Amino acid sequence: MSLKQNLHNLKEKYKGTKMAPAFNAIHTFLYLPNEVTHAGGTHIKAADDLKRTMNIVIMALIPCLLFGMFNAGYQHYAAIDNSLRADVLANFFTFDNLWIGIVKVLPLVIVSYGVGLLVEFIFAVIKGHEVEEGYLVTGMLVPLIVPVDTPLWMLSVAVVFGVVIGKEVFGGTGMNILNPALTIRAFLFFAYPTWMSGDKVWVYDAVNMNEADAISGETMLGYYAKSGQELTVKGANGAADIVTTYGDRANELYSTFDKFMGFIPGSVGETSTFLILIGAAILIFTKIGSWRIILSAFVGAAVMGLIFNQVVAADIITESSKFYGLMNTVWWEHLTIGGLAFGAVFMATDPVTGSQTNKGKWIYGFLIGFISIMIRVFNPAYPEGVFLAILLMNVFAPTIDHYVVQGNVKKRLNRTKVKTA
Amino acid sequence: MGLLSKRDAALLTDPLADNNPITIQVLGICSALAITAELKASIVMAVSVLFVLGLGNVVISLMRNIIPSKIRIIVQLIVVATLVIIVDLVLKAFAYELSKTLSVFVGLIITNCIIMGRFEAFALGNGPWRAFLDGIGNAVGYGVILIAVGFFRELLGSGTLLGFKVLGDPIEKTGLYAIGYENNGFMLLSPMALIVVGILIWIQRSRNTSLIEEN
Repeated sequence: MSLKQNLHNLKEKYKGTKMAPAFNAIHTFLYLPNEVTHAGGTHIKAADDLKRTMNIVIMALIPCLLFGMFNAGYQHYAAIDNSLRADVLANFFTFDNLWIGIVKVLPLVIVSYGVGLLVEFIFAVIKGHEVEEGYLVTGMLVPLIVPVDTPLWMLSVAVVFGVVIGKEVFGGTGMNILNPALTIRAFLFFAYPTWMSGDKVWVYDAVNMNEADAISGETMLGYYAKSGQELTVKGANGAADIVTTYGDRANELYSTFDKFMGFIPGSVGETSTFLILIGAAILIFTKIGSWRIILSAFVGAAVMGLIFNQVVAADIITESSKFYGLMNTVWWEHLTIGGLAFGAVFMATDPVTGSQTNKGKWIYGFLIGFISIMIRVFNPAYPEGVFLAILLMNVFAPTIDHYVVQGNVKKRLNRTKVKTA
Repeated sequence: MGLLSKRDAALLTDPLADNNPITIQVLGICSALAITAELKASIVMAVSVLFVLGLGNVVISLMRNIIPSKIRIIVQLIVVATLVIIVDLVLKAFAYELSKTLSVFVGLIITNCIIMGRFEAFALGNGPWRAFLDGIGNAVGYGVILIAVGFFRELLGSGTLLGFKVLGDPIEKTGLYAIGYENNGFMLLSPMALIVVGILIWIQRSRNTSLIEEN
């Protein structure tokens, strides 16, 4: 008997019992249901149900995940031996790197899915409805937006919180106001800030490295935020210490190519702007992600970056200011570093929590980019604002839609008035 | 028949559960969010409100026939302000550190919606004994929630209860901290108090479905 038939029989056996939704979910996740509509009448058939939609998003995320696994190892070894950075491509796709990824990143994925789906199944059984697909994408997003050293129990607590408070209390998939993955990220950030910020969490095992090595564990945003400050790099093999600044050190360690391709420290899956753009192409081609939101988010970020650049150029903010470092960062570099690209492509485009109207999508996306860079610059202690900006705009999305719709109604009313007059 | 008639007993017990001022009437939320990061502050706040509401209800009830209705709000404010100042001065005299933690929120008991609500809705129309019971009932209902929220926030946020390190020492890594447990800083922020109150409301309503409003 095939697996499909087995699952079907199992489903039939538990039909009507409390556990039925759990078996239904497993069956329909893997196969089309055996039930077909009866003859007579016309039926519309489409393959793009919610599970398939979710699966496409997951496929778009897979490159980021794989890259993140390699990067986890690469950043670890490069922090120990800086000379590896000289030839990134040769030293990146190695088995040693992947192994660290398997040891450190895969458990994050497994815990995220295990805990999240457990909560979903429990709620489905209690409330007596089918298991909802909403967690499939969330479960993949979560491990990609946390630092590689996040303890697994912390992640479990955050996932339970995010799924219950972020989604289930509002009525489950499709009813949530906030993006559950970002709710989880925000919970982690506010609950355990020492594990979510600083220069020791982004690279595996950075806590145990000596100071000179561990400084390489700072994210790009961290470097730029402190760009003017002096930094002493211990010389390797007894060489003299080098005194430099954070900004110079960052440029010495990472080229623009590194930043765009993602060979930099950061959360697991958000470093590679290149692969994120490939994911964006998949989402846009399949019409799952809105190109309006993605594009306008990048535009918003660029505009805010340009404004800050101008503020610096006009000498309003000088080097003595603590905001100088990130304000002086060239605007297009803001687009390649930090979580902006990942947030704009995979988080902002969530159809449940984003704006629904086309005009609303432009406003919603633009403000996400705009506010992200603003938070980044004005909060040098934790120079990343994408998740906060998206959560904020999630809350405002219905308001934006309301005014867009009302504006449209008004316009059309005016048109009829002209005709009757 | 016991000490209280059935009707009087209901005045005491109703606000504890099915007519709780915080979880059902959603009054007095501001102080419940602001001062519940520590269990001690929650308890002191609960006792303060117990004192003010119990006594205030009696005073208003005694005066109910001589208060001109046009200026009754001012009279109520004077009564509650007097009582709050007593509480404030007592705290400053005997628990100065704690009064600093509670800061402005002791003074803000004056504007606590529960107190004005009970004065208006109950004390103005009932005798002093019943008004007293009602005041005690509502203040305890308020206090129970405050203490529950304070308990969870202090336990999970700081790992302590009333200042005692019940989960071990986070710096020396003893007790739970030895196996990697960490305090949840989010619990110390006000939004988490709102979420804890929300969870209490959720639990209460799923236990007693008659509380759920129809849309």
